[in-house]
Amino acid sequence: MSMAEAVERFVPDGATVAMGTCLEPLIPFAAGHEMIRQGRRDLELVGPISDALFDQLIGAGCVRRITAAWVGNVSEGLGHCYRRATEHGVPRSIEIHDHTNFSISMALWAAAWNAPYIPTRTLLGSDILKTNPNLAVDGDAVRVAPVRPDVAIVHVQRCDADGHAHAWGPLGITEEAGLAASRIVITCEELVDPASLLKHPNRILFPETKVVAVVHEPGGAHPSPVQGYYGRDHAAYREYAEASRTQQGFETWLRERVLR
Amino acid sequence: MTYTEQELMVAVASREIRDGDLVFVGMRLPILAYAVARSTHAPNARGLFEVGLMRDSAASAYLGTMGDPPNVDGALWATRMSNVMALMAQGLVDLGFIGGAEVDRFGNLNTSYVGDPAHPTVKLPGSGGGADIAILSSRWVTLMTHERRRLVDRVSFITSPGHGDGTPGWRKRNGLLGGGPTAIITTLCVFRFPPEGGAAYLDSIHPGHTLEEVRAATGWDVESPHHARETPPPTEAEIDEIRKRA
Repeated sequence: MSMAEAVERFVPDGATVAMGTCLEPLIPFAAGHEMIRQGRRDLELVGPISDALFDQLIGAGCVRRITAAWVGNVSEGLGHCYRRATEHGVPRSIEIHDHTNFSISMALWAAAWNAPYIPTRTLLGSDILKTNPNLAVDGDAVRVAPVRPDVAIVHVQRCDADGHAHAWGPLGITEEAGLAASRIVITCEELVDPASLLKHPNRILFPETKVVAVVHEPGGAHPSPVQGYYGRDHAAYREYAEASRTQQGFETWLRERVLR
Repeated sequence: MTYTEQELMVAVASREIRDGDLVFVGMRLPILAYAVARSTHAPNARGLFEVGLMRDSAASAYLGTMGDPPNVDGALWATRMSNVMALMAQGLVDLGFIGGAEVDRFGNLNTSYVGDPAHPTVKLPGSGGGADIAILSSRWVTLMTHERRRLVDRVSFITSPGHGDGTPGWRKRNGLLGGGPTAIITTLCVFRFPPEGGAAYLDSIHPGHTLEEVRAATGWDVESPHHARETPPPTEAEIDEIRKRA
């Protein structure tokens, strides 16, 4: 399936979308940029440490709510679009449901297991409990309510047309995000024959029954790294950080790098 | 020997790592601190990364993030985040490093909001795994540029709890499993905390700096230390290791 068709069919306005679930590697930038080109609106983005792509979607006006542990530019610092949206409502105001890396993982596992909540000892003593209505202290633990994405978009090294995906390197919260989501869209470096993947069924990332689209998109994680294929393009993150310091600079960057 | 203030901070941070420690490493200066410790006094220290990695050696090339391929090559374990967090939840992580924009005298860190969270003057990126490390690791350390706006009397938002309101035993009473912050390493000095919690005290001042400078750049009243100690400068071996990798 083409990226345009996958985004058109499976990422509607208002959707809750999990992306960037491996933290810094394997971020589905190409899919995110297609969402910007198609003018998606009112999305809820779900992620752990979320490197630059969330900031770009926020700056492009696609986002209504952030449910994440961290949004910014990992090697460069603050997310300028995230700041403008939160501090000044530019280009629009957004709602924030703060999490930690551990608690967003648990929120997705809770949804994956169809559990009403997961009790945990993390978060105790943190003011995050005051800003996220889906976290509540209960005795000596915190209840983490489920987060259910409509769609998880996951970039992997190899996949077949039926959605059997192999990813390697650290996986972050990818497995729970996929299991928690109603549907999974895979973008991949290589589209390969099923036999080579099914020889190692332990390494299949998701049940094929949840995968609704497989997009062959070499370079689809750039500038984030893909283990075994390419490294992180640090210069691109630096350039983005500089360009996005002002809304005007961001819009120029967007026109030249995404909308062209 | 000449060295930069960052090099001194890295050397000081590396000495917080004990041989055999399981260390939640983080990024930037702590990655260098782990590399220095690993090749000097702590050859058996293992590093954990929340992206889902365990290592027993420093990465062989520059890292922009913990998830970069050089940090995955040679890893002992590449896995999901919740597996790494499981070790920390069981109390098996000895030491964590956490960065922050603001720290207060009780070691609480703010990486979320400056000002009212509903209308912040600055939106900071958020916790990441910082709050998890602060709550669950046995002990932790933060590194900070020493400025009055960063070392504040009380943070307005506690992202990663230190010793809370500073009353002894605050962490235990509130159910926090780990022991909390043991040191704030700045560009001017090292603060430490009493074992039962409470306020930071000045432990040592870096070579070439004075108590007056520390006081002028700190947002709380810094008491005169009982024994004004100078921070031991970086050794030649420490500097070599840092420059090999910076």
